[in-house]
Amino acid sequence: MSDKKRLDLEYSQLESDRMRINVGPQHPSTHGVLRLEVEVEGEIVTEVVPHLGYLHRCFEKHCEKMTYLQVIPYIDRLDYISAMNNEWPYVMALEKLMDIKVPDKVEYIRVIMAELNRIANHQIAVATFGLDAGAFTPFLFFFRDREYIIWILEKMSGARLLYNYFRVGGLAADVYPGFKEDCLNIVKQVRKTNAEVMDLLIYNKIFIQRSANVGVLSPDVAINFACSGPVLRGSGVKFDLRKDDPYSIYDRFDFDIPVGLGEVGVVGDCWNRNMVRVNEMEQSCRIIEQAIAQMPDEGDVKALVPKRIKPPKGEVYMRAENPKGELGFYIVSNGTDKPERIKARGASFVNLSVIPEISKGYMFADLILILGSIDIVLGEVDR
Amino acid sequence: MENVNFLYDLLGKNIISVVLVISLPLMFVLVYALIAILAELKVSAWIQERLGPMRTGPWGILQPIAEVVKLIQKEDITPDKSSKLLYNLAPFIIFTGAYAAFAVIPFSEYFVPAGINLGLFYIFAVGSISAIGIVMGGWASNNKYSLMGAMRSVAQLISYEVPAAMAVLSIVVLASTMNMQEINKIQSGWFWNWFIFGGPGTIAKLWVIPFTMGLGLIYFISSLAETNRVPFDIPEGESELVAGFHTEYSGMKFAMFFFAEYANMFVVAAVLTTIFLGGWNSPFNDFMQGPIWGVFWFVSKAFSVVLVQIWIRWTLPRFRVDQLMYIGWKVLLPLSFICFMAISLYVMLK
Repeated sequence: MSDKKRLDLEYSQLESDRMRINVGPQHPSTHGVLRLEVEVEGEIVTEVVPHLGYLHRCFEKHCEKMTYLQVIPYIDRLDYISAMNNEWPYVMALEKLMDIKVPDKVEYIRVIMAELNRIANHQIAVATFGLDAGAFTPFLFFFRDREYIIWILEKMSGARLLYNYFRVGGLAADVYPGFKEDCLNIVKQVRKTNAEVMDLLIYNKIFIQRSANVGVLSPDVAINFACSGPVLRGSGVKFDLRKDDPYSIYDRFDFDIPVGLGEVGVVGDCWNRNMVRVNEMEQSCRIIEQAIAQMPDEGDVKALVPKRIKPPKGEVYMRAENPKGELGFYIVSNGTDKPERIKARGASFVNLSVIPEISKGYMFADLILILGSIDIVLGEVDR
Repeated sequence: MENVNFLYDLLGKNIISVVLVISLPLMFVLVYALIAILAELKVSAWIQERLGPMRTGPWGILQPIAEVVKLIQKEDITPDKSSKLLYNLAPFIIFTGAYAAFAVIPFSEYFVPAGINLGLFYIFAVGSISAIGIVMGGWASNNKYSLMGAMRSVAQLISYEVPAAMAVLSIVVLASTMNMQEINKIQSGWFWNWFIFGGPGTIAKLWVIPFTMGLGLIYFISSLAETNRVPFDIPEGESELVAGFHTEYSGMKFAMFFFAEYANMFVVAAVLTTIFLGGWNSPFNDFMQGPIWGVFWFVSKAFSVVLVQIWIRWTLPRFRVDQLMYIGWKVLLPLSFICFMAISLYVMLK
């Protein structure tokens, strides 16, 4: 055999193999116990399959064995980063079913709590997204601020993370003295840190290179996959339940809905999704300021509700804008004090389903960024 | 070229003095690594508005010692399906590569472990040994993350050695020697005699200063990539590859990787100091100039460079693999060629 021929033979045998990597469930940047089965060709991702269920806690079955009030602590454990927001659609659904009118003061406190928690959630989202890109310092800047927010929520509810604060027709406790000043200080601090992080991370040249034009989610794909929240708005679709299906008292406030504008990169990429969250923090600050100014000082924080919650026979669906997207509760009542069936529609679960669609053809390092930009919480994905 | 070495002058050249000469840098590396680890902990804490370690000793200064003690106590795990020999050998090869470079680093006018004439060439030669160790460690671990980390690491080391070598070569053209001790001697006098400011010369050297400064920057950026520091820490990119090529290592073997990383940081900082920042020379002519002060100037200059590396690590995000290659081959390499040409022209006209 001539030399040339032997060489040809060897080259033909050098087929590059695709490698299957399990990212997770124990991995520094899967944001929980998610397992991604990734097929890579060199560094290029050719296939992604998310595997769920590592945090499944039978939430929906549990609820059927519990009274309506006992369900609330379980709801905290869905999206444990924004527990206040989680409780809201649930109690609203029951209020709708039982036809309860909630006092004005309660509505204002609920709005402030939800928006504070929204800021805390977005801080974690932006911080961990930066961490996925390798920037450690902004992560700690955000966590320092989040601590102040958590102190307020702790003073209000007694818990740092899982609040169990909302009640059907009211709240667990009234505001504490000095609550308004604390909130206004937080707003100031959040704005200061955001300005700092803009310089340090968001408009950093390396960060832009990493996250712009990566993981592009086009608007029609986002709508087809029923994405919601910043993932949908990052693709340029202006849809926010607080404006488009106003619940509670959101129609009384003046705020904008940030969408991905393609200021850097293209609309729908990781950078724009992340930017929507940064802008939403500012809008939440505006809502908090207005709510503090309008909030009545007097009044009870409980409507007249019977001690045992016994909604009439029937079914109800109520949805609210969670920091991660649309969170809905479908409740079937059989007239007793225990629900017949509760179904939760979690935003993280729906948003996660878009990952295989948008991460093919990008590099392995980009996959981690795409996952970070979707901002999932496994408690809500697995339930 | 005779060896200028105070230990040989004092004791004569016998087995004792040779062992002393060899072990002095080792002691220096161990002490320096502890200080550098502490600096990393503390500087990162100050950048992030934290206090850093405060419990071990006053202001936590004993923290690195506590960490080393902890690492010694840890179980030394060898994965079941790893290739044992390569797996156990890799950390030592990497540390050897980092430590061997200390042989030619001139700490002072009267102390350089081995004053060979091809000092700079030698540093680049032994610096590449660590690439072998990284591939061995990554491949032998039998872990996909380790393998990917090792592959990336070697690609990165090879790409960035070229611009770094071009930067060093330009200074060699200016100094017309590869002996690090000689390069230091040329730069004596005021700080404008340093090679980052064009080296000693008449007013005509003014036009070459931008090029030498650019080379200094190119060398610094390449050295960040060679030591796997942020923004080029892709081989051990925590968010995607867990810990890159040393994912499976634990205990003392992990500590060896750790020490090697810090030793490498010092080596590149020492080269930068020697060829650009005047080495052991005082910045102010005869002020505090001398063999003992030389150690002070050298170590403080090199350590400042290490501090800048730490500062950058806690400020910037990291690049992606393809972007890293782009910067290495399409930005730094052409720029270093341009600077090399300009400096060659300057030397020809001089």
